[in-house]
Amino acid sequence: MADIAFLLLVFFLVTTTISMDKGIGLVLPAIGEELEVNPKNITNVLINAAGQVLLDEELVPVNQLKGRIKTMLARNDKLIVSVKTHPLTRHQAFIDVLDQLKQARATRISIAEPDR
Amino acid sequence: MKFSVRNKPKSEISTASMPDIIFMLLVFFMVTTVLREYEGLPIALPSATKIEKLKSKRNTAHLWVNKVGLVSIDDKRVPMSAVRHVIYAKLAENPKLITSLKADKETTMRIITDLHQELRNANALKVNYSAKTRVN
Repeated sequence: MADIAFLLLVFFLVTTTISMDKGIGLVLPAIGEELEVNPKNITNVLINAAGQVLLDEELVPVNQLKGRIKTMLARNDKLIVSVKTHPLTRHQAFIDVLDQLKQARATRISIAEPDR
Repeated sequence: MKFSVRNKPKSEISTASMPDIIFMLLVFFMVTTVLREYEGLPIALPSATKIEKLKSKRNTAHLWVNKVGLVSIDDKRVPMSAVRHVIYAKLAENPKLITSLKADKETTMRIITDLHQELRNANALKVNYSAKTRVN
């Protein structure tokens, strides 16, 4: 009896995979959900095809984005960060920016549709 | 005079309850195991630092996208325009669904944006961009 139980135990031990799904969570805006936002509460983050980041018309290195957003959030906690990308931007560049925003504890992140 | 060691204490651990312990472990692993593992598409995930874990495997829809824009949802190849129907059906089954977007790091944002639109049309708004932990 114990042997069979042992055998089954080993089988389940081997086949069990501890959940490896991890990543950056985000909630997309619902369709038709367009709100009027005070322009003071919005900041634009643009990413070009080469992965360079433009924060409110100013070129910012990606690794400095965290600090910049943090100071902006300290000044205005209702700040919405709108991320806009070029259609040819690489996914990694987009994740890098999202990562920086998450590190700056920005909770209101909006994904703008790129111009076609 | 002879000394006999009469009261030698027994130093044995009782093994009578061992099957019970094993059965308990067995039941635990049987309950936690999810046998079906999805294969998806061969991709290289992007890396990030601030990573959150997805809590439940059962509430997750796995959506693979490779760099040329092939889409696969839970092991089935799906054309881009049908993503909304597949995800919508999954969401109807499980309203707590989170889409785990496993996109190649070289995928262009054009493809990702198309997927965003498909997911928004299906009202599947909770997305998790799958990423590896960045090694510094």
